[in-house]
Amino acid sequence: MTELADQEGRRGALPPLFGRILRLAVQLAVTLFGLLFVTFLIGRVVPIDPVLAAVGDRASASTYHKVYIELGLDKPIWEQFLIYADHVLHGDLGKSVLTGRPVLDDIASVFPATLELSTFAILIGTCIGVPAGVWAAVRQGKLVDQLVRVLGLVGYSAPIFWLGLLGLLFFYADLGWVGGPGRIGIAYQFDVTRITGLMLVDTALEGQWDAFWNAFSHIVLPGSLLGYYSMAYISRMTRSFMLAELGQEYIITARVKGVSEWRIVWGHALRNAAVPLVTVIALSYGYLLQGAVLTETIFAWPGIGMYLTNSLGSADMNAVLGATLVIGATFVMLNLLADLLYTLLDPRVRRGQ
Amino acid sequence: MLTGKSLVAVAAFGALALGTAVPVAAATPKNTLVEAWTIDDMISLDPAEVYELSASEVLGNTYQRLVAYDLKDVSKIYGQIAQSWKVSADGKTISFTIRPGLKFASGDPITAADAVFSLQRAVKLDKSPAFILDQFGLTKANVDKMVVQTGPMSLDFHMDKAYAPSFVLYCLTSTVGMVVDKKLVMSHAKDGDLGYNWLKTHYAGSGPFEIRQWQPNQDVVLERNPNYSGKKPAMKMVIYRHVPEPSTQRLLLQKGDVDVARNLGADDIKTLKSDANVKFEKGTKGTIYYLGLNQKNKYLSNPKVDEALKYLVPYKSIADTIMGGLVKVHQTFEPDGMLGTLDKNPYDLNVAKAKELLKEAGYPDGFKVTMDVRNTQDITGMATAIQQTMAEAGIKVELIPGSGKQTLTKYRARNHDIYIGVWGPDYQDPNSNAQGFASNPDNADNSQNKTLAWRNAWAIPDLTKETDAALVQPDPAKRATMYEDLQQKVLDKSPYVIMFQQVEVMGIRKNVDGVIVGPSFDNNLVSGVVKH
Repeated sequence: MTELADQEGRRGALPPLFGRILRLAVQLAVTLFGLLFVTFLIGRVVPIDPVLAAVGDRASASTYHKVYIELGLDKPIWEQFLIYADHVLHGDLGKSVLTGRPVLDDIASVFPATLELSTFAILIGTCIGVPAGVWAAVRQGKLVDQLVRVLGLVGYSAPIFWLGLLGLLFFYADLGWVGGPGRIGIAYQFDVTRITGLMLVDTALEGQWDAFWNAFSHIVLPGSLLGYYSMAYISRMTRSFMLAELGQEYIITARVKGVSEWRIVWGHALRNAAVPLVTVIALSYGYLLQGAVLTETIFAWPGIGMYLTNSLGSADMNAVLGATLVIGATFVMLNLLADLLYTLLDPRVRRGQ
Repeated sequence: MLTGKSLVAVAAFGALALGTAVPVAAATPKNTLVEAWTIDDMISLDPAEVYELSASEVLGNTYQRLVAYDLKDVSKIYGQIAQSWKVSADGKTISFTIRPGLKFASGDPITAADAVFSLQRAVKLDKSPAFILDQFGLTKANVDKMVVQTGPMSLDFHMDKAYAPSFVLYCLTSTVGMVVDKKLVMSHAKDGDLGYNWLKTHYAGSGPFEIRQWQPNQDVVLERNPNYSGKKPAMKMVIYRHVPEPSTQRLLLQKGDVDVARNLGADDIKTLKSDANVKFEKGTKGTIYYLGLNQKNKYLSNPKVDEALKYLVPYKSIADTIMGGLVKVHQTFEPDGMLGTLDKNPYDLNVAKAKELLKEAGYPDGFKVTMDVRNTQDITGMATAIQQTMAEAGIKVELIPGSGKQTLTKYRARNHDIYIGVWGPDYQDPNSNAQGFASNPDNADNSQNKTLAWRNAWAIPDLTKETDAALVQPDPAKRATMYEDLQQKVLDKSPYVIMFQQVEVMGIRKNVDGVIVGPSFDNNLVSGVVKH
């Protein structure tokens, strides 16, 4: 991103901001088109008969044939793709075979669940991961550093399936501290008006604080678990960025000038480490937003990961393509966000040098 | 200083995240039944389309049919919406009279027009289950003349042949025979779709409960139907929550957040046996587990080899240990609870006997084959056990895992060696499985009729004729004997190793009574449930 901006500034053909937006639009279009094309091809190559997925094993030959034609499978692949792409450009993602509903409706119902969980997780991951990483860097080689490293390593290597079940067993079944699987308790399920699809936001907007706390008790465990995983990564990266910064000459200069250690670490070093860190966090967030299939499965969390996996297993290509598009678009948007944050954090980017 | 502050921040956030002791209410409401269940197969709520296990069960609790069978004695068929019926002298017409005074949940009265509409609609829409009605010679073109209203409360059901009345009635007990509210459905019809696009996600029935909401992969919610003609359910609401992971279902059940757990694994059942708050309800289901041996394979086309394989399955240890009682040994193609089931399980694990047969077949050192295995826990567990015992006789089985749709695609293309399969009858009549296992009208590669016999390339003109003959035998007792005979023949010599029948086990909270586990998927009933 920074490189692009640099080149642009040198050429000076376009005003920096306008040029960036244009580039981004092109990037977005190319990325999404490529994604669609590759996913479409994969869908046609997997050894699954999509008609079978739609009509079931016992349908008569005539029903089978009818659906075969309906799905457009009698046409050549490139034509199928063009027809699909045309529909997408007109805002129609088609119907899912598995749920029988428009893909757009399905995604509108599953994506907020993932968005809510991922946001919760990335907040935890960042709020704990960054200070832990800074702390480990400052105390390099000391007990704290080792501790953060071990915690990170466990986060990296323990299977989430196992940790999730263990967490449920301990915090839900034994201690009863948190709510069980699902997004909200049965008692509140029908009282929540859907506004954004995010349980915590919707209940808060309506002032239903009982329901809010219930939803919170349900998201805490899966959210913390996923947060722990991103924390592991974020803290490791923060540590290494900070070590690099703390070894720089301006830090020594600051120390010589008598600047307080607190200010050196948080004011100077972290400020500079923050630039690459933004990318790390954005990427972690992006990965979370793809949906964590295993976590969603254990916690009966109806998110996009489970939706995508189920659809792929049944060659429900409209659903797969639709979900891929949304995830792809989210990734690109996050890139854009990171890019914008760069501008705020790094004066060099702002000036277009 | 720095470290101290960070430490406090980290600890505080950690405590906030994990330790928020929000009071979490366990126990479900007294007037609501909550089930944890895997419902990701549900694609429609329209009786003309529903073919999936979960949706069938939901419809079974929310719709009524013309006729139904006694769950304790399936040979007894009784009228549900029909008050009576009469078979014509030539056996080609059944005349139904509708019970007076019945209402749909919408308040509309149930008349013969609704029943006629429902059957005609199912044939015209031509969705997956339409073939159940098409068997009687009904087509889109002629159905208006074949199913006709003869009075406000009477209708005639014409057929192209004199089929066994028991066969016809059993077929009408399936979900495709459920009666929908004509007025309500047609008020939502668009572009000649007969209300299909609406009914796919809505409800127009007359059962004990009505469907209030369905969110795919999340939940299905039923509500008591105030207009139901029978005994009103004690439960005001029934909620089926989609919980894909069995261990999660177990925890929810133990904690009391659900009343019934539907997809417990063998391990979960073992654990729950010591839980004082949980009991079990069991019922045999029609699903059969079997191995399909492709006759295009040079080894498997040898009858001696097929017989040897029947001695190489560790039946007992799979049923009791690997499946933990979720299946029982069953070796004939009609499941228990079907007219004419032959209750015989002659094969047992016997490696010496199998070796002898392989020697006679000319393969004393065994051979190598592949087995397509669906990547679910139960099927994989079975396949691994069978792989081991077959190896003892020198047969090297290579397991090829795949998703259900993937392995099925291969099976239907006859590209497998051995396929480990699961098969359930389409309707509660022995013809369904006989058509699958013992009928193959055309063994050509481009056959339109992909029965199980066809998929295993088993050419059986004689058995096909016998299956067809049983279909038109009017006397139920004679008919039952014909199916027993067919099962015996398939048991003796066939490209199937039929192994097990499914036993459905539900984990239920102690305070919940009245959950019925019926013989078919559409009669797991909750209308009689009470909570103490």
